[in-house]
Amino acid sequence: MTQTSGPVNLVVVSAGLGVPSSSRLLADRITESVRRELAGGREVRVTVVELRDLAVPIANNLVTGFPAEPLADAIDAVTGADGLIAVTPVFTASYSGLFKSFLDLIEPDALTGKPVLIAATGGTARHSLVLEHALRPLFAYLRALVVPTAVYAASEDWGGSGDPMTDTLPDRIARAGRELATLMASRTAAEPDHATATADLFA
Amino acid sequence: MQFGIFTVGDVTPDPTTGRTPSEHERIKATVAIARKAEEVGLDVFATGEHHNPPFVPSSPTTLLGHVAALTERITLSTSTTLITTNDPVKIAEDYAYLQHIADGRVDLMMGRGNTGPVYPWFGKDIRQGIALAVENYALLHRLWREDVVDWEGKFRTPLQGFTATPRPLDGVPPFVWHGSIRSPEIAEQAAYYGDGFFHNNIFWPMSHTKKMVGLYRQRFAHHGHGAPEQAIVGLGGQVFMRKNSQDAVREFRPYFDNAPVYGHGPSLEDFTEQTPLTVGSPQQVIERTLGFRDAVGDYQRQLFLMDHAGLPLKTVLEQLDILGEEVVPVLREEFAKLRPAGVPEAAPLHPAVLGRNPKETS
Repeated sequence: MTQTSGPVNLVVVSAGLGVPSSSRLLADRITESVRRELAGGREVRVTVVELRDLAVPIANNLVTGFPAEPLADAIDAVTGADGLIAVTPVFTASYSGLFKSFLDLIEPDALTGKPVLIAATGGTARHSLVLEHALRPLFAYLRALVVPTAVYAASEDWGGSGDPMTDTLPDRIARAGRELATLMASRTAAEPDHATATADLFA
Repeated sequence: MQFGIFTVGDVTPDPTTGRTPSEHERIKATVAIARKAEEVGLDVFATGEHHNPPFVPSSPTTLLGHVAALTERITLSTSTTLITTNDPVKIAEDYAYLQHIADGRVDLMMGRGNTGPVYPWFGKDIRQGIALAVENYALLHRLWREDVVDWEGKFRTPLQGFTATPRPLDGVPPFVWHGSIRSPEIAEQAAYYGDGFFHNNIFWPMSHTKKMVGLYRQRFAHHGHGAPEQAIVGLGGQVFMRKNSQDAVREFRPYFDNAPVYGHGPSLEDFTEQTPLTVGSPQQVIERTLGFRDAVGDYQRQLFLMDHAGLPLKTVLEQLDILGEEVVPVLREEFAKLRPAGVPEAAPLHPAVLGRNPKETS
């Protein structure tokens, strides 16, 4: 539920596997951008979910059907966020398996209407459309509100402008951050009232 | 309080020997387990219902009718009866007949079933699971209470002037539980009718069970059946015991590690911490089970899962001896001491079981 006062909850999911990982590096840069844009009196509370630390609980949840405590906390953080930044490395032409497994554990309607910024990292810019053909449809299925700018960082982006004909990585991060901040600020939540819906069954 | 066992009826290889019992062996073992449950002083034997391998209990009233003939006292129940894919008319008739055969020692638990293909195999749609449970039970409820029923709904052919036969024993239908792990609609359904609510509890964290039971209690009171603490609650549990807890852990571990539901996932240690599974001494089982009360309040029925994951019959029977001799007598005493006046001790028993004539007492 969005509150008009109190802190804004920004949650970051990073599926990078290296320590440190370039996905986390990108996630941190985007987080700073969103935080900057949101700055306007309200405190921004950032929670980072590193999926690497939850790899075993995620696998166990797939087997048992329920999340162990640290994973339950992560799922609660994501579903309760005012805005979500989701970053995955590109593995075999798509998001990583761990990233998808984590999202598989979230109730299908839990991200409805949630502002989401999608981002990915990869060794080459040739994979950048993974954001458009894999991540965006995934979040569209979950009825999340995905901002127009998706941020892809190839290895070369960390060393300069990369392609002189396109925006630089910092430009893209700033634009995406602005879009997410705008969406978070304007979001009005309409959460389903489960008790009422249930009682209606027998009315 | 009622204590008993519930069986899934899985045919699972014994991981320590690699041997898989035949269906015939498993069915006969189930009967032996039910008889043993009565012998060691338990109150309830409940069977699951499944329509796909590796499970055998597709015909619960055949099993329970047979067990009725071999026992004197134990309540025969289900865990669960598929209210979604079975015809409610057939449930009404089968279980009323069983009531007569068993002289009233029958109650049953409604469940939706979670095996996707079973729905289309029986001509139903799993996406309508809740709606099927709601409509079918509404019809079943009437068939047991009204001699002549005119009815029309979405999911089965209409009825005009229909009488389910035989009529419930002495006009008193079997007590009904509604079992659900995570659907608030089913807790609401149980509360609406003033029926019992059973949470399977095993394989799930207690915090989750607590939430569902809390919802049921609150809605039970809302619908005017009594105070929240008077609602009829049942829980599942899963235990493996030896005199020394280390022996229990050592013996049960291969069964745990290869179990159909949770095997090859979390460790035995993690799972016992996160769910009500207790592997240890009888005293540990007593303490853990009393702890359920702290989460859900005083409750009326505790069923244990004892015979799954390929445990051999001999071991299961030993477990039932320990349960009946060392655990349940202590639990009966402790729960009775803690239960305040005004909270039902158990789910209602049929008047025939209590030796009363319902016409005189009503």
